[in-house]
Amino acid sequence: MSKSNVFDLLGPIMVGPSSSHTAGAVRLGTMARKILGEEPLEGIITLHGSFAETGKGHGTDVALIAGLIGMAPDDERIPDAPELAKERGFKVRFEKADLGDVHPNTVKFDLTGSKERVIVIGSSIGGGAILIRQINNFMVGINGDYPTLVILHQDLPGVVAQVTLLLATAQINIATMRVSREKKGAQALMVLETDQKIEEAVLELTRRLPSIKQALAIEPLE
Amino acid sequence: MRAYEDWVVEAESKGLKISSVVLQNQIEELELSGEALFDRMGNNLKVMRESVKIGLSGKRRSASGLVGGDAAKVEEHRKSGSTLIGEVMSGVIAKALAVAEVNASMGRIVAAPTAGSCGVLPAVLFTLEEIFHSDEKELLSALFTAAGLGIIITERANVSGAEGGCQAEIGSAAAMSAAAAVELAGGSPRQTAHGAAIALKSMLGLVCDPVAGLVEVPCVKRNATGAMIALTAAEMALAGVKSAIPIDEVIDTMAEIGHQMSCSLKETAQGGLAATPTGRKIRADFL
Repeated sequence: MSKSNVFDLLGPIMVGPSSSHTAGAVRLGTMARKILGEEPLEGIITLHGSFAETGKGHGTDVALIAGLIGMAPDDERIPDAPELAKERGFKVRFEKADLGDVHPNTVKFDLTGSKERVIVIGSSIGGGAILIRQINNFMVGINGDYPTLVILHQDLPGVVAQVTLLLATAQINIATMRVSREKKGAQALMVLETDQKIEEAVLELTRRLPSIKQALAIEPLE
Repeated sequence: MRAYEDWVVEAESKGLKISSVVLQNQIEELELSGEALFDRMGNNLKVMRESVKIGLSGKRRSASGLVGGDAAKVEEHRKSGSTLIGEVMSGVIAKALAVAEVNASMGRIVAAPTAGSCGVLPAVLFTLEEIFHSDEKELLSALFTAAGLGIIITERANVSGAEGGCQAEIGSAAAMSAAAAVELAGGSPRQTAHGAAIALKSMLGLVCDPVAGLVEVPCVKRNATGAMIALTAAEMALAGVKSAIPIDEVIDTMAEIGHQMSCSLKETAQGGLAATPTGRKIRADFL
């Protein structure tokens, strides 16, 4: 565990009542929005465990919507998020389900935009900290602390090397890296957390590499 | 693992306040200037001040309807001239309830150290401001002292109800507030340690048993009692009363007690007040 600082103890500035069920929920919504990469138009949000049990009283539902429409955890309009979502034409539906052996504060987003559709599963793991555990069929571990590059690609030799070489050339240092695949030779997902911001130009070059299907750069949460 | 004692010794040997030692430490760890750190802490102070004001207006209600309006009641009572414990101390209660009510009603607060315990430190701080007419710099310094103790608590124990019970949330907030109050009132670094230790000792064993799992009952009122414990402890420390058990050992004990505490009493809403007939009824009615 990294050392705490004074602003971990006094902060975050947030809309209450709970750092895990409200502030963390906003941040999960924010991450899901970033992973979709566009304005969401339709969403099915499935709440698990404590999110399903006590979410109502903690405003977890409105907090998730707030994040999905781009609000920060200290935005005083969070209680009005469902109204604001409706005005934007974003349709949201909530469900409750057992998502299996996951953290008690876990949510599944099924989001559709004008171009993309994505499934994101994430957990609020305490004090407002979050962890994105799954994107579509791939297990990931994104906490939003670092600039993150998510790449959908063909599971072939050399793809990882191409990407890391490109990042090295752009003077971007890799902090963590995880590769998973559906099965041998099929689709694979590469998640890289980096120390430097991933500029649009770098992202564009990544997309042009052979065997890359999609590439997405996610900026760290504030 | 660091000890608060190390900071007390460093402050004493250099003739500094605890806040200066914490600030210097954070300048190095966060690689930011003292000015930048003060600026950022200033945002916290601003939001704390706003949350007191909004809460005292008494207009906010929580989603469940269980919480809201009590801060305004106490504030009115205090101004009525019939206060039992005096206007200043009655104001502590009103302020702590105010911030905790804002939190419960989805208003903006500063987690200090958590959202559930957000009312303790602002109540103590702004009460001392009224008494001593402290300036902005002094108030911000006191926040560094409070946060400094909080850092030690997270390193030796935790500030999470799910991990350590309410003692880890309101208890930590009370200890942090006591340390801040002692410094703000002109006490020595050693006295901040005694104040913090006395406050935390008074909160040991407190369980986290929120009715229906909401940050409302008993959380909101515990902010008020936690703030009063902080000031009681600070008063003793300023008078020269010492804690027989040093603060670091009290923190370690808090961690150990949290460890021994049943899971039903750690934010799961399975035991304690949450499991009372009334607690269960509230849950059934609301959910």
